[in-house]
Amino acid sequence: MPESLMPALQDLEREFNIIRNKAEFWTEYRHILTDFVGRPSPLFYAKNLTMYAGGAKIYLKREDLNHTGAHKINNCVGQILLAKLMGKTRIIAETGAGQHGVATATVCALFKLKCTIYMGETDVHRQQMNVDRMKLLGAEVKSVQKGRGTLKDAMNEALRDWISNVDTTYYLLGTGAGPHPYPTIVREFQKIIGIEAKNQILLKENKLPDALVACVGGGSNALGLMHPFLQDTNIKMFGVEAGGKGTNSGEHAASISKGKVGVLHGNLTYLLQDLDGQILDGHSISAGLDYPGVGPEHGILFETGRVTYVTVNDKDAVNAFQILSQQEGIIPALESAHAIAYAIKLAKEMQPEQTIIVNLSGRGDKDLNTVKKYLAGVTE
Amino acid sequence: MNRLDQKLRELKQEKRSGLVCYFTAGDPGFVESSNLFSQLGQAGADIIEIGIPFSDPVADGEIIQAAHIRALSAGQTVNKTIELVKEIRLKDNKTPIVFMTYLNPILQYGFEKLVCETENLIEGILILDAPLEYQDHFKLILNAKNMHLISMTAPTTPVERLEQISASATGFLYHVAENGLTGGNLNLPNLEKKIAEIKPIFNIPIAIGFGIKNESHVKALANKADLIVVGSALVDTFFKKGVNATLEKVRAFSQVLKQTK
Repeated sequence: MPESLMPALQDLEREFNIIRNKAEFWTEYRHILTDFVGRPSPLFYAKNLTMYAGGAKIYLKREDLNHTGAHKINNCVGQILLAKLMGKTRIIAETGAGQHGVATATVCALFKLKCTIYMGETDVHRQQMNVDRMKLLGAEVKSVQKGRGTLKDAMNEALRDWISNVDTTYYLLGTGAGPHPYPTIVREFQKIIGIEAKNQILLKENKLPDALVACVGGGSNALGLMHPFLQDTNIKMFGVEAGGKGTNSGEHAASISKGKVGVLHGNLTYLLQDLDGQILDGHSISAGLDYPGVGPEHGILFETGRVTYVTVNDKDAVNAFQILSQQEGIIPALESAHAIAYAIKLAKEMQPEQTIIVNLSGRGDKDLNTVKKYLAGVTE
Repeated sequence: MNRLDQKLRELKQEKRSGLVCYFTAGDPGFVESSNLFSQLGQAGADIIEIGIPFSDPVADGEIIQAAHIRALSAGQTVNKTIELVKEIRLKDNKTPIVFMTYLNPILQYGFEKLVCETENLIEGILILDAPLEYQDHFKLILNAKNMHLISMTAPTTPVERLEQISASATGFLYHVAENGLTGGNLNLPNLEKKIAEIKPIFNIPIAIGFGIKNESHVKALANKADLIVVGSALVDTFFKKGVNATLEKVRAFSQVLKQTK
């Protein structure tokens, strides 16, 4: 990170370490999650999908039922409280699919803070409904025309804004990637997913699950689900990266499966890059996974072998999007559909008495146009 | 004592501020870039700063971002930037050269390899996204080859951090004039106050960069900062008006500094 941001990052780390140990802070966080977000989110036994797959029992952690429709709000609630305590008057954020942008705009409306969201131009087009939601909530949406106009470019512009306005502005980063201490902050505010899921599955099954499955872009929903289970070494964990048009096509966003370690956006992690260290554009049908990097903690979980990283391509994700809609009456976000696709495959290889928890990280209303176009053979 | 140390000593003896000229390597193409860089010293640049292009230059404003993209589109790489320096040195073996770069391209190339291959060709490297906490490793490698890791400070850098940075900074200090990107706007009164605050803390020359666009800016900072860095304004001129107009501008800036003793 450039020197201009170092004092701000150090301030953030100091403040976070203070509130982290304050019971009042967590009480307020939990209170907002309960009354405003609607937590705990249910753990749903997907009986029809289980029968369809024919194997292990599939449970869905219903983050799609949160207020604003995805897991992103959990982190936004935590960070907006932090921003308030730090006395910041303006919030900026990057967004890919628009879910983090909407969640940020929402907490800004709730806490009466000025809000600017950076979103790549390609994503503005493919996620128009979320752009409209952000504007309605009072946020300014800045369309980023640089690069390929996706999440990476939005993050570059958000960082440039922060460098220029660091005194007044809080950068509400939405994913498990980015400069320290963000990956830790985001994980701490997302691990509520796994904490709840652990209690819920114990109540329903009287035992821990055998496997966890979550999609990985930057990796915040996956880390949120997995972190509270990391010490339970019998549980297998799968992070599903976006295979795009196929991992040998060069058009994918599988940073761990196909990338190499490097530095981007202030973290040392797996990146899609060429031999000269230039960052390559990711590709995924789901805007939220369309990022050429991944949070550094996933890099570690990959290297230690604790989590297995796999890929699901556009075609299979769209297929899973339809299957879950038809089987369970749940339209998943295209991001989450990657996890569903892998879980169906995984369930088949497991026994009926075994269980899988899939993080259904968001709802798919935003993706209807993209899927319609894809099925009609129009590629974006 | 390398070319940079020599130059800094000369400037001190001449009691004037030095001119640092930044351009992106390979912008708009290798040949044009080599031709320009080779003539900068002659035109009055005291130090040449060569930017290694990167796909995601987050600390740069619009003008230098565009230069990076042009250079990459023309096929510029880290290896070709070393080739560029070799060409420049055939024609200008005197003007100190400093690389300005982001971490990832040089990590992928191999930092030690880069330093070995540029020994006696360049005098230092400034890594925009490697703050104090991550510098030790790079410093060791550079210092072993008689080169400097150029440290940066910003308006946001608090005094105790300035002191920490000062403790191991060599060559010169690059102070970012404004919280913002290259090519931003300048607030001279604030800047002068900040320079006065930094100067007693550092025992090496202080360069001021980001936002210095015209002769009046240069004049205002002459003899207040030891070195004055001009980047975006020159890159813009080079892109829009070509090499002669750019060298003309360098001469004009240099004249201002030589006259304001």
